[in-house]
Formats: sequence, structure tokens, C-alpha cells
Amino acid sequence: MNGANISINSLVIASSLVFISLIFSYFQKLKLEKEIIISVVRAILQLFAVGYILQYIFGLESPIFTTLFLLFMTINASYNASKRGKEIKNGFIISLVSIISGAGITLFVLLLSKAIKYTPEQIIPVSGMIISNSMVALGLCYRQLTAEFKSRREEVETKLSLGADILPSSIDIIRNSIRTGMIPTIDSAKTVGVVSLPGMMTGLILAGTSPVQAVRYQIMVTFMILSTTAIASFMACYLSYRNFFNERKQLI
Amino acid sequence: MSQIEFQNVFYKTVLKNISLKVEKGDYVSVIGSSGSGKSTFLKLCCHLISPTKGNILINGNDVMKNNPIELRKKISYCFQTPILFGDTVMENINYPYSIRNKTMDMERVNMLFSRFNMEPEYIDREIKNLSGGEKQRIALIRTLLFRPEVLLLDEVTSALDVDNTLIVENAVNDLNNEGVTILWVTHNLEQSRKYANKLLTIDNGEITSLEVLK
Repeated sequence: MNGANISINSLVIASSLVFISLIFSYFQKLKLEKEIIISVVRAILQLFAVGYILQYIFGLESPIFTTLFLLFMTINASYNASKRGKEIKNGFIISLVSIISGAGITLFVLLLSKAIKYTPEQIIPVSGMIISNSMVALGLCYRQLTAEFKSRREEVETKLSLGADILPSSIDIIRNSIRTGMIPTIDSAKTVGVVSLPGMMTGLILAGTSPVQAVRYQIMVTFMILSTTAIASFMACYLSYRNFFNERKQLI
Repeated sequence: MSQIEFQNVFYKTVLKNISLKVEKGDYVSVIGSSGSGKSTFLKLCCHLISPTKGNILINGNDVMKNNPIELRKKISYCFQTPILFGDTVMENINYPYSIRNKTMDMERVNMLFSRFNMEPEYIDREIKNLSGGEKQRIALIRTLLFRPEVLLLDEVTSALDVDNTLIVENAVNDLNNEGVTILWVTHNLEQSRKYANKLLTIDNGEITSLEVLK
């Protein structure tokens, strides 16, 4: 491969860039120095750990280990997403079901179309992208649901008092929340290539793949992220809105 | 059998030991200082909240055993601040029909528009172009499209001018004459004595008096 090959020395020199943000934080009194140091140390440890784990799993070529690793990523993402919706009971289970459904359907289509193969070096990076995007989308959905059920309380109660069931009373809030979850993905799809060269495409180009070939992958990635966030946001919002009502169909 | 019966009802720390009977066709005016629990009392009547202690019976049946959706279709609640949905009056008038999977009954719609002194053309208006009084009248029309057995009004005329108040008062009085039970929270004692047959005073979460006026 004639692409980038970063030595440890180069990484050490690049790490000096962290000091720029530390200096900014210090002189601007942002009080972020501790956070920056922790985040950098965590990033280094996590990335090295995952690098070695991936190298091991790629070497194994075992579909069971690959699936277990996907499950591990999904559980982590679900846990993180559920933290954004503390008011939502069973947030973890709802997130897990939503992400598994979104990622599962998308991966199934990609595997069926032979766009990717169920090998660790293909399925793990691709799943990582769609799972992390779903996680962000679900976090946004939960925050929007919680905020709107608070701010539009009288509207929901007015609809209930007119004799509406909880779904028609909440439908505008559910739709807004799904939209909120999907908008970052739609916006990034709109500006892909114009504002940003996405990480995967950049990575492929750096590794020596031709830009035209990298673009094909990026198109596939854009489509799959769109479909996964749509499915996951839809499922999470429809599964969680009931949490804002009690069994007597009253807003809590 | 009373239409609404409260038996030693408590709601958190807001309402304490409320016992009361409302008969079919009553026109009950509910008065009391701000924060005394009047709105909470109305919300308990239409089961938007449940009592923390005690029983509420609607036509002899425990409210906790009734289907809440069906109950709210019979006991309608109109808020102090009218909340209209979407962009147009049409969307609001259509809402009660759409949740019942029914088509709009234009005869009924026009009758209610006329009762609340509004031209039928109002149905095509945008909400942003309505005055406060018009919004409140649209909210009332929306509540009455399917005639309820009980109408709960929460200070619905408090922000209206004299003309709008009179229109609403007359329309509500007509409904009561047709047999609809009215529970009207108001600060206006003159309004209470003019129309109501019972005057209920709630103070600090407790019933302090229930006066029979007519």
C-alpha cells in the first residue's frame, strides 16, 4: 500500500497539537484543561485497545467473534443513548431494540446486495459507523421528546381532554423528535463532499484507494447511515412516547 | 344517582377531603382565590389527573374503572388559555372528527359558529390572524362539536372583553338549558350569581361553602 503510514514518532510530534487546546483553555480561563487531558488519555487508550482487539478479531476470521463484537458496540451505544433520556423508562432496552433493528435491516440489505461481506474487516467498520450515528440520533430524539412533552404539556392535555388517545395527542411531538434525530444525518448527506470529506472516504484515500473508488464507498455509507438513523429514530420515538403517560392515559 | 360525586377526595397537597355531588343539568360556579385548587378540581372531574385518595364517581361508576378516553368524550374541559393546533381554524374544527374517524358535520359546525357569533367563513382563517376572544370561541366550538354531558370551563372569559364574554356566557347558558351540566371556574361573582344554580367556594384546597342559588 502506498498510502499513509504513521510512525510512533510522528504520533508523538502530532500530540503537541493537544497543547494548543490546553494553552487556549488556560489563557481563556475555560477550565477545560482537566477534561482535555482526560479525553486525550481516554482516546489514546481506547483506540489502541480497539486497534489490538480488531487486529486479533480480524486474524480470527470468526463470524461468532465478529457478531459478539457488534453486539458489544450496540450495547455500549444503547447505554450511551439511554443516558440522554433519563426520564424514559427502559431507555436502554428501547435503544437496544431500535439500534439492532436499524443496523440489522441496513446490514441485511448491504449483505444481500453483496455491497459488503460478513468479514470482520468489512462488517465491523461499517457497523461502527451506523451504530454510532444511530446513537447520536437516539440521544437527540430523547432530548427532544422530553423537552417537548414539558413545553407542550397544555397542548397534549387539550388533545386528551377532547377525547384523543395518547398517540394522536403526541403525534406532533413524535414527528418533531424523529425529525430532530434525522436532521444531522440529512444535513451531512447534503454537504458531503462540498463542506466535508467524511472520515471513511478520507481514510480510504490516505490508505491509497483512488478517490473515485472511495466515493463509491462513501455513497454506500451515506445511504446506510440515512436508513439506519431513520429506522432507529422512528422505533425509539414510537416505543418511548408512552413513558410520558400513566396507565390512566394521563400525562405524567 | 349524581352525575359527578366526589367522596373524600385528596390530590397531593392541593386538594383536601373534597366531598361533593353535582346533579345532571346543574350549573355550578366555582370560585376561590388563585392557587386554591379550582383547576385541579376540574382536571379531576375529566380524569386528566387521578385522586391520590378518595373516590370520584361518574354516573355512579368509579372513575378509576372507566375508560379514560370515553370519559373525556363525555366530560369536556376547556382551558383558561386556548390552545389551538396547526395553522388554521379548519385543522382545529376537524380534530374532534378525525380522532373519531368521522367526517365533519357542517350543519353542526355552522350552528356552533352562529351560536358563538362567528361567521362560517372563520373556518378558513389562519390562527395567527385571530384575536384572543376569537381563539377562545374557536376552542369552545371545538370542545362542543360532539355535545358533552358535562362542560368544564376554566376561567375561559378572564382574558375576554365585555362583548366576547357576553357571547360566551349566552352560549354556555343555552347549552345548560339543553341539559348540559356546567362547572365554571371564575373570579367573576356577578357572572356566577347571574347564571349558576350552585356556587361552590374552594379555599386553600378545601370546600368552604356550597350555596344553592336557584
